[in-house]
Amino acid sequence: MRDALPLIWRKIPERYTLLGSHCNNCKTDYFPQRTICPHCRSKGKLVDKQMPREGKVYSFTEVHSGPAGFQHETPYFLAIIELPNKVKVLSQLVDSSKDKVKVGAPVKMVFRRIFADGAEGVIAYGFKFKVVN
Amino acid sequence: MAGIIGYGVFIPRFRIKVEEIARVWGKDAARVSSGLGIKEKAVAAFDEDSATIAVEASRNAIESSGVNPDDIGAVFVGSESKPYAVKPTATIVGDAVGASPVMTAADFEFACKAGTTGIQTCMGMVDSGMIKVGLAVGSDTAQGRPNDALEFSAGSGGAAFLIGNDKPIALIEDTYSFTTDTPDFWRRQHAEFPRHAGRFTAEPAYFRHVLSAAEGLLKKIGKKANDFDHVVFHQPNGKFPQAAAKKLGVDAEKIKTGLLTPMIGNTYSGAAMVGLAAVLDVAKPNDEVLVVSYGSGAGSDAFSIKVTKEIEKKRSKPSVQELVAEKEYIDYALYVKHRQKLKALGD
Ligand SMILES: [Zn+2]
Repeated sequence: MRDALPLIWRKIPERYTLLGSHCNNCKTDYFPQRTICPHCRSKGKLVDKQMPREGKVYSFTEVHSGPAGFQHETPYFLAIIELPNKVKVLSQLVDSSKDKVKVGAPVKMVFRRIFADGAEGVIAYGFKFKVVN
Repeated sequence: MAGIIGYGVFIPRFRIKVEEIARVWGKDAARVSSGLGIKEKAVAAFDEDSATIAVEASRNAIESSGVNPDDIGAVFVGSESKPYAVKPTATIVGDAVGASPVMTAADFEFACKAGTTGIQTCMGMVDSGMIKVGLAVGSDTAQGRPNDALEFSAGSGGAAFLIGNDKPIALIEDTYSFTTDTPDFWRRQHAEFPRHAGRFTAEPAYFRHVLSAAEGLLKKIGKKANDFDHVVFHQPNGKFPQAAAKKLGVDAEKIKTGLLTPMIGNTYSGAAMVGLAAVLDVAKPNDEVLVVSYGSGAGSDAFSIKVTKEIEKKRSKPSVQELVAEKEYIDYALYVKHRQKLKALGD
């Protein structure tokens, strides 16, 4: 995680508030942010847009062997969340009991620690999702 | 004076029972539980801290009240369990709720009363015309040293209050503070856990400051404590607020709604504020609320609050009772894992 600081700082709008992009030409939403609309290319007109904070589980997996920095968090759920605007977001699922984690389960965004750059480095915060009743 | 225009709360989902902590240390669970007046406490997960709790509470406040984040000109976060020793939590909250960048911000520390001092600061800034809306948060993931008396009571949670003049849900009629240098509880720089002065924390610390602030306020506004419909005290355990109520002549019934420590533990900077939020969740227009915080070190902020009819439109979602009810019990081993008390584990 060394030298993670520039990346952590750059991703704050995306990770804190689900800030994505919207193309004013074809009306498509994108997350994470794009600099060019893949449909419209040079005709595209991208502006910042907050993504909806509620969605549903599109697919999920239970991680038993986490990568460095996440190895003590296992087992945890990693899910693809589909938002109402059809945008898909990869996210950890937290505060969700095993029997409620299902394809199609309604979820909402929560704010959590993502990782820390060692014991003395910066802390990356951002979105995770939880299953709601 | 400025009023409350929105509020929100967050309580982590995990709970550990006092009985489970007592089992590990070979203590008499029933005696500990009844002595403290605490059944269980809320525990922050490994990826929660006082910043994430502050953000969740603030988002609940903003979404429930409909306040425009651009109108927030100041963010103050009170906590004694900051994720960084140096670097504000308030900037994390400011960015996460969309109040940045045109705002002032700082973290406050005054043991369990830094959040209510944030409310007073916002009141002054709103009344002087410096800002339109201020956000004051009290949030903690309170740490207790293993096998210390505080381990049974130190909970996690927080509350956020939006202070302004536009259609307040509650008017803050007056505030009064009582503060002295009383070292009843402290944590030295680089020390991991706080230390406390045992029984000394009661009479010269909690009761002297809470009662003096309450009596000072009551004298100033010409009221009696029992004139209020609800009374909320800082709640380091379930017993101190009951004793304070008795000393002030407040009917026991009037402190029930705002007394959450028996179910979530002492949320430190969040404690009195979560109690006030629980009262606002059920209060009727024209209800009057007396709130007295307490921070070790030591001081108390007292507030006389009158609920308006706007409350019906802007009660916070989820309610405090909904957050209290949403829980998952963990045992002591998982508690140790989530609170990262296993030093050999490393990063
Ligand atoms: Zn396009």
